[in-house]
Amino acid sequence: MSGTHTRSPLGRALGLGSAKSGVEHWWLERVSAVALVPLTVWFAALIVVHASDDYAAFIAWLKTPVSTVLMTFLLIALFHHAALGLQVVIEDYLHSWMKIAALIATRLGCVALAVAGILANLKIAFGV
Amino acid sequence: MITVSSRRPRPLSPNIQIYRPQLTSVLSIANRITGLALSVYAVGLVILLVAAAAGPGSYATLHSFIRSWVGQVLLFGCTFCFFLHFCGGIRHLAWDAGYGFSLRAIYTSGWAVVAVSMALTVVTWVAGIVLAGYSR
Repeated sequence: MSGTHTRSPLGRALGLGSAKSGVEHWWLERVSAVALVPLTVWFAALIVVHASDDYAAFIAWLKTPVSTVLMTFLLIALFHHAALGLQVVIEDYLHSWMKIAALIATRLGCVALAVAGILANLKIAFGV
Repeated sequence: MITVSSRRPRPLSPNIQIYRPQLTSVLSIANRITGLALSVYAVGLVILLVAAAAGPGSYATLHSFIRSWVGQVLLFGCTFCFFLHFCGGIRHLAWDAGYGFSLRAIYTSGWAVVAVSMALTVVTWVAGIVLAGYSR
């Protein structure tokens, strides 16, 4: 445990431990942000183009392989990015049991929404 | 061992109202607020996909709501929140890469975020209205 030797004497005496997660959260927020730059531009541009579509035309657009793949990536990157961002906000403003409850609800909610979106997307892709 | 640190009163920073709002602080909190708003709008994206997957009836119900004035105001808000968070996010990525830390660059990029996100919101809506032929 060479890591314990780099801590300050006060930190060791108070038993504060390490910074725990390190850079992972920060890094994944940036990776998902980079992925969302082209994906959200693609989505916004196509929503503008297909704004006046009827049901059949909208489904026909969503059914194309490119749309299915990009929409799946968009849902994964979007809800991963949202979960990480909401986690920071909750950790900053909520405390004690409310923080724990909100963190669990946010993470589970983001996973559920991503799964629901991907399943709906695949259902459209493989035939409604 | 943890009880020692948790019982000691921790120093508190002054409340946010003490400080005069500046472009830097306003854009910082705006990035967070638009992120929260976009998380809610992301639920709307899933509702759109689920409605489309469920069939023409549920899609038509959702489409008529989006076409109502409430839906259009929400959609306009979504557009502006998206572009502000998008431009602010690119500004953050530039900072992460080590660029734009001088006070002058921070204010230039800050006002650029405000101007570009407003312009892109207007351009998007003009393009949407023109392409749709505004057939309400």
